[in-house]
Amino acid sequence: MSLRVPVSDQDHIQGSPDAPFTLVEYGDYECPHCGHAYPIVKRVQKHFGKRLRFVYRNFPLTQMHPHAESAAETAEFAGSQGKFWEMHDALFENQDSLGGPLYLRLAQQFSLPAAELQAALQAHSFLARIKSDFSGGVRSGVNGTPTFFINGQRHDGPFEYEDLVQAVDSALTRA
Amino acid sequence: MSTILAPGTTAPDFRLHVTPDQQLSLSELRGRPVILAFYPADWSPVCSDQMALYNEVLPEFQKANAELLGISVDGVWCHEAFANDRHLHFPLMADFEPKGAVAKAYGVYRDQDGICERALFVIDKNGVIAWSYLSPVAVNPGADGILDALDRLPR
Repeated sequence: MSLRVPVSDQDHIQGSPDAPFTLVEYGDYECPHCGHAYPIVKRVQKHFGKRLRFVYRNFPLTQMHPHAESAAETAEFAGSQGKFWEMHDALFENQDSLGGPLYLRLAQQFSLPAAELQAALQAHSFLARIKSDFSGGVRSGVNGTPTFFINGQRHDGPFEYEDLVQAVDSALTRA
Repeated sequence: MSTILAPGTTAPDFRLHVTPDQQLSLSELRGRPVILAFYPADWSPVCSDQMALYNEVLPEFQKANAELLGISVDGVWCHEAFANDRHLHFPLMADFEPKGAVAKAYGVYRDQDGICERALFVIDKNGVIAWSYLSPVAVNPGADGILDALDRLPR
């Protein structure tokens, strides 16, 4: 199963374009498994340093997680203001209290214009992008969250720290 | 062990309960593509993830004018509780009596377990199977195969 939408400058990317490894996560801010994976990904990034770039794409399961879409919209809004990763991290760190009050508090914390955020949430200005992430994910065989792709190949099975490190290492052998 | 029906086969017709007081026949949906998603059991973790995914992908299925039907051997009341709990927006059909008869007709019944396999069918507007897929029972097959099969249908 491989990634059908290549990583591009439209993506939210941490790390160098020259990195030999690319880890793509399809995630949902309200999904507890993604919350579990969040600090693990940070450790994996630290372990591989400059050799790994990390890409986050939206895959909100909105019928199961009522705040998943608004959280994704908030992160995308922050991204439009150059603060995507700050918001991405803060949303996962506050996964249990997603909702309007948290978004506004975080906007204030990151010096983002609160009124514009509210307008963007109301108008669903970033929904098209989120849906496009979602569609691309479905086409690539994302079947739940989180789903990881390592150098374009879907990572199946557990995603504890050791599993991901090993999977990235073996991607090197494949290459 | 029976074999899953292959593309080119006419999809066996069936009539099953979709709600406690409503039945639906496959033939009533003739004229548009139908997606049949056989799954082992309401409430089980993999099935729940799979149905939650399809729930989100419904708009894409609808773009192809396709109707999605979930099928398991669970009874109507079980389906109703499951669909309500998970906010599912597509029908779940009860292959309950005689148990698994439809799954057997499609070659996707697990005799040893008394449940359906996890299997997918895309049926074209003339009632002919265009694509079928038998997934390992513990693996959520996703929706990419369904969407690709819908894309390949003649318009």
